[in-house]
Amino acid sequence: MPLKLADLTPGSTHSAVVVEDLTRTQLIQYCGASGDYNPLHSDEIFATQVAGYPGIFAHGMLTMGMAARMLTDYVGDGRLLSFGGRFKAQVWPGDRLTASATVTGLRADDSAADFSVSVQNESGVSVFEGYASARVDR
Amino acid sequence: MAAQEFPVEAGHIMMFARAVGDPNPVYADPEYAASTEVGGVVAPPTFVAAAAQFDPDYPMRPKIGLPWFGSGRTPTGTPDRQRSGGGTGLHAEQHYEYLQPLRPGDRLTVRSREGETWTKTGRRGGSLTFKESITEYLDESGTVVLRARGVVVRTEHPVQDGN
Repeated sequence: MPLKLADLTPGSTHSAVVVEDLTRTQLIQYCGASGDYNPLHSDEIFATQVAGYPGIFAHGMLTMGMAARMLTDYVGDGRLLSFGGRFKAQVWPGDRLTASATVTGLRADDSAADFSVSVQNESGVSVFEGYASARVDR
Repeated sequence: MAAQEFPVEAGHIMMFARAVGDPNPVYADPEYAASTEVGGVVAPPTFVAAAAQFDPDYPMRPKIGLPWFGSGRTPTGTPDRQRSGGGTGLHAEQHYEYLQPLRPGDRLTVRSREGETWTKTGRRGGSLTFKESITEYLDESGTVVLRARGVVVRTEHPVQDGN
């Protein structure tokens, strides 16, 4: 159901758990769908023995793709005008991620709303910080 | 400056939506999608990441017949280029501006160019080199349907973040 300008209040937050227990298989699934087979995200032996990481970790774009689900479920399909941000910390297999959008501004003139976007892991560490804007109904 | 084709395909959208864990039928069910405001299947917001599939030179895909830097018989297939403890390239930022929804059957042209490069000293990875790239996706009439700006950071050491 598309959002209405009148239903939005600056400062109000919408949150959703976007993954309960991130699996290594989902990282591989994202490799196949995106075409990004970087061994840091797909190859435990390379990630630990060659690159020196504790294990494979998620593509930043997988985290952003999961956050996008929260946004489109909230604002409606085809309504995003922009979405972006920074990857702040790595996401590991086993992580539980919660994505949130907080209203930062309402633009009555062009029927749009602005949001800050944040994704946090189960320890409360922010793994992605950004913004989005979307067309909303008057 | 690089240009490539990016055919937007229904099965690819379905697989991409599954991979990001999004069960929204607007990505897989044409009948359902036709009944919604967008009027048909559309691509999820980060789908253009998958344009890499159609880049013949994309470095993060094994090339048939060539050594791959991931593990096989040994932990890396390219020991000359990958030293233990070496730094790695990581995605630092991604920004999208949406002008038109992407739909199955679209034949997009991808135009990329390098943006700015800058360096700084990070807490977690030693010296950091940031590289920006700007990419536009154009439809067959030459209209830009999506703009993207990405930043990749190359670190001296593996990133330590206390995990």
